[in-house]
Amino acid sequence: MKQTTNLRINGTSYVHEVEPRLLLIHYLREVAGLTGPHIGCETSICGACTVAIDGKVVKSCAMFAVQADGSDILTIEGVAASGTLGAMQEAFWNEHGLQCGFCTPGMIMASRQLLERNPTPTEAEIRHGIDGNLCRCTGYQHIVNAVQAAAKAGA
Amino acid sequence: MSTTISVTEKLVGKSVRRREDPRLITGTATYVDDLKLPGMHHACILRSPHAAAKIRSIDISAAQSHPGVVAVFTGPDVAGVGPVPCGASLPGLRVPHHAILATGRVYYVGHAVAVVVATDRYVAADALDLIEVDYEPTAAVADPEKALEPGAPAVHPEWPDNVSFTYHQEGGEPEKAFAEAEVVVKQRITSQRLVPMPMETRGCVAEYHAAEKSLTLWSSTQIPHLLRTLVGQMLGLIENRVRVITPEVGGGFGCKLNVYAEEALTSFVAMKIGKPVKWIESRRENFLCTIHGRGHVDYYEIAAKRDGTVLGLRLKLIQDLGAYQQLLTPAIPTLSVLMMPGLYKFRNISADIVGVFTNCVPTDAYRGAGRPEATHGVERMMDLLAVELKMDPAEIRLKNFIGNDEFPYATATGLSYDSGDYAAPLKKALDLVNYRELREDQRKAREQGRLMGIGISTYGELCAFGPSPATPAGGWESATVKIDPSGKVTVLTGASPHGQGEETTFAQIAADELGVPIDDVIVLHGDTAIVQYGIGTFGSRGTAVGGAALYFALKDLRAKIKKFGEMMLESDDVTFSGGVCTCNKTGNTVSLAQIAGMSYRAMRLPVNEEPGMQATRFWEPPNFAFPFGAHIAVTEIDRETGHVAVSRYVAVDDCGNIINPLLVAGQVHGGVAQGLGQSLWEQAVYDDTGQLITGELMDYAVPKATMMPWIETAHTTTPSPVNPLGVKGVGEAGTIGCSPAVVNSVVDALSPPGVRHIDMPMTPEKVWKVLEGARA
Repeated sequence: MKQTTNLRINGTSYVHEVEPRLLLIHYLREVAGLTGPHIGCETSICGACTVAIDGKVVKSCAMFAVQADGSDILTIEGVAASGTLGAMQEAFWNEHGLQCGFCTPGMIMASRQLLERNPTPTEAEIRHGIDGNLCRCTGYQHIVNAVQAAAKAGA
Repeated sequence: MSTTISVTEKLVGKSVRRREDPRLITGTATYVDDLKLPGMHHACILRSPHAAAKIRSIDISAAQSHPGVVAVFTGPDVAGVGPVPCGASLPGLRVPHHAILATGRVYYVGHAVAVVVATDRYVAADALDLIEVDYEPTAAVADPEKALEPGAPAVHPEWPDNVSFTYHQEGGEPEKAFAEAEVVVKQRITSQRLVPMPMETRGCVAEYHAAEKSLTLWSSTQIPHLLRTLVGQMLGLIENRVRVITPEVGGGFGCKLNVYAEEALTSFVAMKIGKPVKWIESRRENFLCTIHGRGHVDYYEIAAKRDGTVLGLRLKLIQDLGAYQQLLTPAIPTLSVLMMPGLYKFRNISADIVGVFTNCVPTDAYRGAGRPEATHGVERMMDLLAVELKMDPAEIRLKNFIGNDEFPYATATGLSYDSGDYAAPLKKALDLVNYRELREDQRKAREQGRLMGIGISTYGELCAFGPSPATPAGGWESATVKIDPSGKVTVLTGASPHGQGEETTFAQIAADELGVPIDDVIVLHGDTAIVQYGIGTFGSRGTAVGGAALYFALKDLRAKIKKFGEMMLESDDVTFSGGVCTCNKTGNTVSLAQIAGMSYRAMRLPVNEEPGMQATRFWEPPNFAFPFGAHIAVTEIDRETGHVAVSRYVAVDDCGNIINPLLVAGQVHGGVAQGLGQSLWEQAVYDDTGQLITGELMDYAVPKATMMPWIETAHTTTPSPVNPLGVKGVGEAGTIGCSPAVVNSVVDALSPPGVRHIDMPMTPEKVWKVLEGARA
């Protein structure tokens, strides 16, 4: 039995009939066609699928699409929707905060939330803030630098 | 922090921010799972829950009739597909037939048994549960040393001793050296199985055009051209009708330097059903079915004089191969043997490898591939020798380094080290940590009862793979440079970067050589229909071999540009610089765009020149390159919990000339993270029945941001004479240098209670038990 799901994603309204068991990440990628969020584990550990739901970052493999019904979702595609990179994106670029880029959309979403909650984080606070997002390439150091640079830029 | 570049500046050596990044930071890059082709179906694979079992029967009928399922295939259906290839050869090597689906028996947990194709990936996954396999479990063996014991279960019944190969290598007179030694130190040292764990799992999409008998295979691989050749052979397709495309690749670390059953299986399925098919590996499958790394049990003996002069090194190496030979499986431990002398003047070497089958997923190349194991061994042995002789670990290293005047240095294992100043990074690292003061701090800490350790590792690595006679495939790399009629530059590299950033570093090189803005250059890779044959990206070879090929192609083009310039300026005294040809007599100039335009319009041509502005070079390296460096780790151990805190980590690497310091730092950080992961947390643990009990991210401890120390990096620069760029390679350095520094540090911390050695991973539980044992 499919259910109607109403979502607002990156400012656009999406209405679809979906199976209740459809994970939100699969909805975003396969139904809404937003492949920025990635699937790294499907078990809510790696954070590659991180998106913001009603302003709070969530691992979108950890909930069903129908559970997000009525909510406002921001994915990485919505961060630079105006065509201008966000300050966190610029910082990741300048500081080489990514290599293969697979974790990056989720990492940027988590980092943005971190600065929203704490605009002047210490190194330890940054590491804590991105601890739910795995990166296998960077050793996190340039990501820490990026978040610090974004904080300095007043992101 | 990246720098802003003005057009006239040289770019090589600058921290240019990456040209790959805009698509990656906006979520608009296309990884293989992002592909959506019209009519595309999805494949899911049923995998064995047993490490060893006979398959009595498989009932696929319920799965076949499940709504949405298009086809189900089992072993007999794919009997016509060639085996998964092993590219390495050793004398007497036993290579089991590696069918793409198990037939009759399964050999490890995760072994592919059946494939379901459906309209939707959820439906395909549902249908897997409807397949009934009647297994008759048999005894399994997962530990390579147990597999060698008499009466151990035979992984492959035809080879009851579980030995795939033995290999002996010797240099100098090891027997004599050990007989004459004043001191001999022995130690068993393990390098545990690791899961490479790129953030993107494997995956592929296959599309077959029956009318043209052509296959397009998108795969998350490090070796598109080799994959094309080999998967084409497996499927009986004509090579030029197979096109392999690597879309964005989300990390590889060696595990995508391979040809996997699933790449052929997905292609086979697409050919059978006449529709594009996608298979994406789940993370659980990635743990179970993608190759693992390491898997060594090493027995070392070091011979020395009482003054600390090393004389000889002996190694018995037991390599856990797993159940099959993947592309390079048996070659990996031979790399360990080649690098076992490290940076020292060991003139007498003896090594024996036993390659052992186990009921586990195969091991193969993982970041460093044989060289971290070798470095770990020799660096642990140097520390054990220092302890035995009551020498300082820095002093014993400085005493035994190969001297600066001895290059090229012929090792006892048959290598020729290209260039080096091995003491320089060690001295720099000692300065950075203020070594003398640090030892004083340690003395005070010990007085207070604290367990503080200082660990040194001085590593060398065999990189820039490599001369073709010494590699399983060709060891060269290719590059094409095309200049359009408008003067814009396209570089096609046979390397296949997947995070390393060669779209940037190669553009830096091309922009410098042609004197054009970097934005005039694009770098393409990873599509066999577009790029000339190439080898791929692995073994720290991308820039050292692929970059050198690019350099020579650019050199050819520079010569051609100059000839056109001479013709157009009607002068034989012309300089090509800054993107223009200038007549040195008149000062008249023609731009690269004018020259390129002329070369295609071809109204006039220089003598003996063809139209067009394009050059291709295949560059064969005359040798490997040998980066080196020194890492120092300072640790402190919590007596109550066994927790190891890394309070300081200094990495001084010499990777030759540096094209982009920002990217080099990134490679070192990431490499150290993987080395630290091995040192402290990561291990693929199989139980006695062959179940992988660290088979998910809940149980397998990939380093998180809070687990990583700040990594202080520095460099010394010794250009390699092997390639014209003077680069040595840096992709694996961090991993290779790290683990011995950390283990040496922890052993140093635990030395007051009398601890002599500890194996990785040094989890709190293990460290605590070692401490308890030492107290008892």
